[in-house]
Amino acid sequence: MQTTLPKQPVTRPAPRLVPTQPVTLTINGTPHQLQLAPWTSLLDALREYAHLTGTKKGCDHGQCGACTVLVNGKRINSCLTLAVMKEGDDIQTIEGLATGDPANPESLHPMQRAFIEHDAYQCGYCTPGQICSAVGLMNEGHAKSRSDIQELMSGNICRCGAYPHITDAIQEVMQQTPKNA
Amino acid sequence: MNSFSYSRPDDVNAAVGEISEQTQAKFIAGGTNLLDLMKENVEHPQHLVDINHLPLGFIDELPEGGLRLGALVTNADTAYHELVQKNYPLLSMAILAGASPQLRNMATNGGNLFQRTRCYYFYDTATACNKREPGSGCGALTGYNRIHAILGTASSGNTPQCIATHPSDMCVALRALDAVVRVSGPNGDRTIPIADFHRLPGDEPERDNTIEPGELVTAIDLPAEHFNTHYTYLKLRDRASYAFALVSVAVALRLDEGGQIAEARIALGGVAHKPWRNPAAEALLTGKAADTTLFRQVAEQLLDGAQGYGNNTFKIELAKRAIVRALDMAYAGSTQAGDAYKQEDIL
Repeated sequence: MQTTLPKQPVTRPAPRLVPTQPVTLTINGTPHQLQLAPWTSLLDALREYAHLTGTKKGCDHGQCGACTVLVNGKRINSCLTLAVMKEGDDIQTIEGLATGDPANPESLHPMQRAFIEHDAYQCGYCTPGQICSAVGLMNEGHAKSRSDIQELMSGNICRCGAYPHITDAIQEVMQQTPKNA
Repeated sequence: MNSFSYSRPDDVNAAVGEISEQTQAKFIAGGTNLLDLMKENVEHPQHLVDINHLPLGFIDELPEGGLRLGALVTNADTAYHELVQKNYPLLSMAILAGASPQLRNMATNGGNLFQRTRCYYFYDTATACNKREPGSGCGALTGYNRIHAILGTASSGNTPQCIATHPSDMCVALRALDAVVRVSGPNGDRTIPIADFHRLPGDEPERDNTIEPGELVTAIDLPAEHFNTHYTYLKLRDRASYAFALVSVAVALRLDEGGQIAEARIALGGVAHKPWRNPAAEALLTGKAADTTLFRQVAEQLLDGAQGYGNNTFKIELAKRAIVRALDMAYAGSTQAGDAYKQEDIL
C-alpha cells in the first residue's frame, strides 16, 4: 500500500490574537473567578486554573471518559466543552461528591464507598470519571438491569479492566437506592 | 487548538448576523465533534458563535400530528423524550445506538446533522484528503479503508475523490422517517428535506451538506407517520457499544390488515457519504408478505452498484445480510436489535 502525501502545504490566515477574559464557574457549589482564553476546555480550567486535579485527562478527545464531570446533574466529557460555555452552570466534580468531613469515610458519597468496597479499580486513573459517570447514570434513571449498567457505562474506559467490579459497585448502590428517590 | 474569539448571542437573528460578519466563523452547540476536530487541527475557525443560549431547546407537537425537535435539544433528551419513545421509537433506538451517554448529553440534534466523517485520513493532517484539502488526493482510496463507503462515491473522473462515510446513527433514522430540516439564514427561513440535506461527494467532497453560508439549523420536523410498531435499527460494528457503524440499517414498515407490507422504508448507514435509500428497492416490498427470498432481492437492489476498495469490500455482503435480518426483525415487530444482550430487570 502506498501513502499519498498532500501535493502542497496549505496556507491559512495566522491565528487570531485573543485576550483572556474573566469567567466565573460554579464548581461544587463554589464560584471560581478565573481568567481564561476562549479555547480553554472545561477540563483544563478545572485542573490548571481551579486546581481541582481530581478530574483526569485521558485521551482529551471524548473517547475514554476519564474527564467525566456532572453539569447540572448530567454527565459530560469536560475535555470536549469550553469552560466559557459553562458559565452559569452547576459543575460537580469528584471533589464535590463527598459531604462533611473529608477525613471521615462516612462522609463519602455512596458510590465512592461502593467502589472501595468492591475494589472497583486497580490504578485508579479512570476512577473519578467512572464514579461521576455512575452518579450521572443514576440521576438519569434509565438503567434497569446489569446489562443496562454495562451499556450505559460504555463511555468510560478502564484499561486495568476492572469492569466487573465497577458494575458490581454501581449495581449495589442502585439496589440500595429507593426507586423513586 | 488555534486561538479564536468567542461570542454568545441570545437570539437566532443575532447569531445568524454574527456568523455572517465574522470571517471563518462557526456555530458551536455541544461541541463534541467541532472541538475534537479543532484539537486535531482539521478545523480552525477564527471565531465561534456559541448558540447554546438561543431558544431552540423545545420538543413540540405539530398540529398535523408530527413532532418538531428543537436544534438545541440534546441527543439524550430527544431519545428519552416520552413522545419520541412512543411515536418515533426508531429514532430513539438509533440515537441510543450511537456515541456514549456523556456525548449524547452534550451533542445536540442540530449538531448531529453536521457531524463530519470519521475517515482516518480526514483526521490525519499528514495525509492527503480531498475533503479536508480539496485537490490534495484521497489517502483512503489506496490506504486502509475498512470503514469507508461502498455506495455513491462516483465523481466525474475515473476514480472517486472521496470514499468517506457519514458517521451519524440519528441521521439514518431521520432519513427513514423523511424528516425535514428547518433553517434560518441571512435570506430568511427555509426547509430542507433530509434526503437533500446531506450530499454525495462527487467533485466537491469538502461539502458535506447543502446548507448555505450563514444558515443555522433551528429544528427538525418529524412527519405524522410514526412507524412505531414494525421498525428496527440494526447496527453492526467492531464492538458491541460505543463504536461507529460498519453497516447500519433503519427499517420502518407499515403493514395492512392482512399483514402485508403497505409501505417500506429502508435507510442504510456506514455505507455512503449520506444515509442511503433506494425507492426502487423499497417498492419491491409493497403489497408483499414477509419472505426471506424477497428480502434478499430487496437487499441486492439496495446494494446495486456497490463497490469495495479492498478492506471494505466485505461490507457489501454484510450490508445485504443486515438488510435481510433487519427486515425480518421489523416485520416480526417484537425482537429489536439489542434484545439479544438483554438480561432480566434486577434493579
